[in-house]
Amino acid sequence: MKAIVDPQKCTVCGVCQDVCPVGAITVTETAAEISDSCTLCGMCVDTCEFGALSLPEVGTGASDDLASYQGVWVFAEWRQGQVHRVAHELLGSGRKLADKRKVELAAVLIGHQLDGHISELIAHGADAVYVVDRPELAHFTDEAYAGVLHELIRRKKPEILLAGATSMGRSFIPRVAALVSTGLTADCTELDISDEGLLLQTRPAFGGNVMATIVCPNRRPQMATVRPKVMKPCCDTSRKARVEMVDVPTSCFQTRVQVLEVIPEQEATAKLAEAEVIVSGGRGLRNADNFELLAELARLINGAVGASRGAVDEGWMDPSRQVGQTGQTVAPTLYLAVGLAGAIQHVVGMQGSKLIVAVNKDAHAPIFDVASCGVVADLFDLIPALIRKIKAERGDETCKMPGA
Amino acid sequence: MHIVVCIKQVPDAKNVRIDPNTHTLVRQGVESIVNPFDMFAVEAALRIKDQSGARVTTLTMGPPQAAEALRETLSLGVDDALLLSDRAFAGADTWATSTTLAAAIRKMGTVDLIICGKQAIDGDTAQVGPELATQLDIPYATFAKHIEYQDPGHLKVTRRTEEGAEVWQLPLPALLTVLKEVGEPRVPSLRHKMRAKKADIPVWGVADLKLDPNDVGLTGSFTQVVRVFSPPRRGDRIMLEGSVEEQAEQLYRYLKEAKVPGL
Repeated sequence: MKAIVDPQKCTVCGVCQDVCPVGAITVTETAAEISDSCTLCGMCVDTCEFGALSLPEVGTGASDDLASYQGVWVFAEWRQGQVHRVAHELLGSGRKLADKRKVELAAVLIGHQLDGHISELIAHGADAVYVVDRPELAHFTDEAYAGVLHELIRRKKPEILLAGATSMGRSFIPRVAALVSTGLTADCTELDISDEGLLLQTRPAFGGNVMATIVCPNRRPQMATVRPKVMKPCCDTSRKARVEMVDVPTSCFQTRVQVLEVIPEQEATAKLAEAEVIVSGGRGLRNADNFELLAELARLINGAVGASRGAVDEGWMDPSRQVGQTGQTVAPTLYLAVGLAGAIQHVVGMQGSKLIVAVNKDAHAPIFDVASCGVVADLFDLIPALIRKIKAERGDETCKMPGA
Repeated sequence: MHIVVCIKQVPDAKNVRIDPNTHTLVRQGVESIVNPFDMFAVEAALRIKDQSGARVTTLTMGPPQAAEALRETLSLGVDDALLLSDRAFAGADTWATSTTLAAAIRKMGTVDLIICGKQAIDGDTAQVGPELATQLDIPYATFAKHIEYQDPGHLKVTRRTEEGAEVWQLPLPALLTVLKEVGEPRVPSLRHKMRAKKADIPVWGVADLKLDPNDVGLTGSFTQVVRVFSPPRRGDRIMLEGSVEEQAEQLYRYLKEAKVPGL
């Protein structure tokens, strides 16, 4: 199966040939021709100004009773005694979907000793909260959490299920999708719903260089993981909701995995995924000790310290700090790239950041192509100057504050 | 011990850059590479082989040219390779992909451990590993950064989470998805390179797997791409000029105006 060309509409302009990532398109004298290398990625379809390209449709085979599935669900990730912020964001987004669809929005809370967390889910938009509270669920394992969520879906049949694209969500939600036999779209950054109730799930692909909108036409629930820090939470503490403590059979949370140890990260500057600000360094830092300069700046503005692959390969930073293709994908409010060239492998891991500030001696460094603000300067001059500036401003502010 | 490593051939990102003016994808050539995370998976398998002895098979689903990716893993010391290739497999989403891989692994017979990369760099979904383990009904651990093979038939795995790390014990057979920390890929040896060149890589199609063609590829998929478009381009870039002190001053004000948290 491959992309379909309408020879009537094709003007042999050749644009599709250039965008095909697998080189499956050859433009002949009369029309574009698609070879068997086509992976149906769809990149050519949107590029074609003339609407000459389309993709074949997914199997419309036996779908179960779609109409019996109703309501929007948010998996409220709970870890180490806290509800993850992404749950609030998803409730904000789920609220809009549920209102548009005129259905109920429910939050699913799985863990242990959860009583204190129910009200925040209601305030953030839930009409109902389903709680499964068991000592066996105090520690996350894929099998137990997926087993419980699968059982709830089987009983209550939601039409949409959203979860955070966190390390937990990205790990066990695929298992839930496979147990239910339904489609799952990872890492969405935009959600909408069509008049027919199809969840329009938009996500970056090819390292964020293209966006794809994906649907799940014949299966329910329609499932998506959503990137943290993309959706906006809303809060109304006067809201009322239904709370249901759900009892599930022990067999649901049985697991073959044994959790031997949980090692929390001690250093605040290490938590890349959660950070609003990331100060990242590359080979331009010259040695491991110089990263202390970035750490100082990061501590000052509550940031985390990241690194390019180059700096990690040199052994200056731990691999867990690596941003980019073989490291982590991050999307903070501010990404401050210091002394790193901006190879494509790095850029794909951070180009979703709201603001990108690049500091580099080389005015031609590719990092400036993706930066919102660029500074051509020696980092060993500029970063200390910036630190001094921040400290000076802080000093002033403290003085101005009466009684401080 | 038989280890299967699932790999994917992906377009080489080195040949992809972003046009600074149009912010669209510019591709130079169509060279393919083995997905970098899958190379770490191969290395993890080979380390277990070096330590305790194991047979390592690499498995991929893809067009006929994906055999080249398999050959690359053979040149590192992988014992066998298997290609799943059939026009019917094209356009598979993660569900249809894991269905196909699961059928192949069942047909292979005894498999003690399956290792996948954390995710592929083109799709970035990280879903095939967990879906494959679920279809095979074996336990799994994602984002593994350290693997210890313990007798009898257990693995001790350190996995990275946003909050730090966790140490899990899994009974075999099991599936792991791995991070870079499990080990940088080794350099191919001349001996293995020669063997890889000559190796006869079996190709299984939909009939070999005894699968219904309706259960694989695009027809067997639950999700469908309805639109692909370029992301909205970033606003115009500003450059800060002047002396270092002036640049630092402007940068501070820029960050302050942008309401950067923590400032």
